[in-house]
Amino acid sequence: MTRLPATTEKRLGLVIDLDTCVGCHACAVSCKEWNTSAGASPLSDVDAYGADVSGAWLNRIHTFEVTPEGAPAQIVHFPKSCLHCDDAPCVTVCPTGASYKRPEDGIVLVDEDLCIGCGLCAWACPYGAREMDPVENVMKKCTLCVDRIYSETLAEEDRIPACVRTCPSSARHFGDFNDPDSNVSQLVADRGGIDLMPEMGTRPVNKYLPPRPKTRSQPAPAPALDPTPAPKADGFLGWLDAALDRLG
Amino acid sequence: MHPAVSVIFFTVMSGAGFGMIFLLGLGFPVDGGAGKVFLVSLTGGGLAVAGLLASTFHLGHPERAWRALSQWRTSWLSREGIAAIMTLMLFGLYALIWMTSGTRSSLLGWTAALGAAATVFTTSMIYAQLKTVPQWNSPLTPAVYSGFALGSGWLLASAFGNHGYAEVWGMVLVALAWSAKWLWWVRAGRARLADSGSSPETATGLGLIGKVRLLERPHTGENYLTREMVHRIGRKHARTLRMLALLLGALVPLVILALIALSGAPALFILAAALSMSVGLLAERWLFFAEAEHAVSLYYGHR
Ligand code: SF4
Ligand code: SF4
Repeated sequence: MTRLPATTEKRLGLVIDLDTCVGCHACAVSCKEWNTSAGASPLSDVDAYGADVSGAWLNRIHTFEVTPEGAPAQIVHFPKSCLHCDDAPCVTVCPTGASYKRPEDGIVLVDEDLCIGCGLCAWACPYGAREMDPVENVMKKCTLCVDRIYSETLAEEDRIPACVRTCPSSARHFGDFNDPDSNVSQLVADRGGIDLMPEMGTRPVNKYLPPRPKTRSQPAPAPALDPTPAPKADGFLGWLDAALDRLG
Repeated sequence: MHPAVSVIFFTVMSGAGFGMIFLLGLGFPVDGGAGKVFLVSLTGGGLAVAGLLASTFHLGHPERAWRALSQWRTSWLSREGIAAIMTLMLFGLYALIWMTSGTRSSLLGWTAALGAAATVFTTSMIYAQLKTVPQWNSPLTPAVYSGFALGSGWLLASAFGNHGYAEVWGMVLVALAWSAKWLWWVRAGRARLADSGSSPETATGLGLIGKVRLLERPHTGENYLTREMVHRIGRKHARTLRMLALLLGALVPLVILALIALSGAPALFILAAALSMSVGLLAERWLFFAEAEHAVSLYYGHR
């Protein structure tokens, strides 16, 4: 059903910390690995070892340069995957019902057996979070590792999305945004989590934590040419100091 | 956006076909026996069907296309499929009765006409609904699609039919359709991605720090997103194509219509105007896609 649920019981999603992300792409690789083996069909690549390699990924790491006014530029690594929007336009445009948003946890999924590969959902998503599988010809997107988070066979600590489990700098956090006490809600409150392109009206669930302000060296006041007079020394050192001064 | 040839053909051909169905359903005069009725109905219905078939070519799984009829509550694409099939069935029945008995059922005709108008409107809404493509996201988009469907449908119907003022009305409708397109172009020039309020700064949320510029793409090669939505190669010949669209789509048909009206040449010559207009519309439709800027381009350092 492509009608969006008015509210969802939980709002599961990710917080991505742009302050600590080091741009290593480990989350993307881990995502590809998990979802190519665990999903309904592999996440395929074409010409994987050739010159014109391309393929479907559910998570991509962009790198941006941000230049504040009157300060040097800074580099921000920017992981991007489906934001599991509350008002997901990708769901409502789907003609087949392949795309849907789960009322229980808000996860946006594609039923690959229903998808006709029309691509309209990818057109409707402002974030580039959906990619057509070049071999299966169905739409692929982040599932929030729905097959991990509810797993009863995986070890307890592995029941989180693969990207979150993998991130070596703990830049990714997973939780329920409907619970004000959850780790993700707390992080968003503490660090001022933001929405991407709020003007698109998609109301994304995933939030991004902006990089913390840089501590910049103040433009140095005129350098102290006149060294502060050395502390007066007494005794032998005092005599030596005075003697050397007299020699020039 | 990537201009997919199948979609370009689909929108131009089925537009003309449903335009014709609309006019025939409303009672566009066609004299002659069953043979003539067959020919004229086949042209309208055939174009619409051919267009629909062409549109399934760009699907990843055409064999599942029937599933697209299920989500009419929210999806314009689904509504389009339903409207198209219903219209074709109604029109088929209308044409059959007309052919066999010589009578034109106005009830069936009017419903088919309504369906044809709805089909063209739903097609245009597939594009007009997308906030992600600000140049399409306008009520002018349905106006343009309807205008061109009516204009090209009129030319085709006139070529086979017997409307007393076919040429004059043809000129009026063609001019009206291109006026709408002109407005659309003027608006599109001012409704670029950069004007829409979305920018690399809002896309990344980093605007609160400063000016944002892409340093590195996530991948060295192309991917589905860059091929489909960050496609910019098609814009290379934009000026030439726009001239071509105006020349073949508007000027040539207008001149042909004027010549026929002045010389009293047989209406069948209007077919030349219809053909020329369709070729012009192919160029116009190419630009509709190629020049459209999708919001995801912001993540790839483009517009
Ligand atoms: S990020 Fe894109 S694909 Fe994911 S829910 Fe939002 S609109 Fe849909
Ligand atoms: S590509 Fe598949 S999931 Fe996306 S809109 Fe089309 S049918 Fe729905």
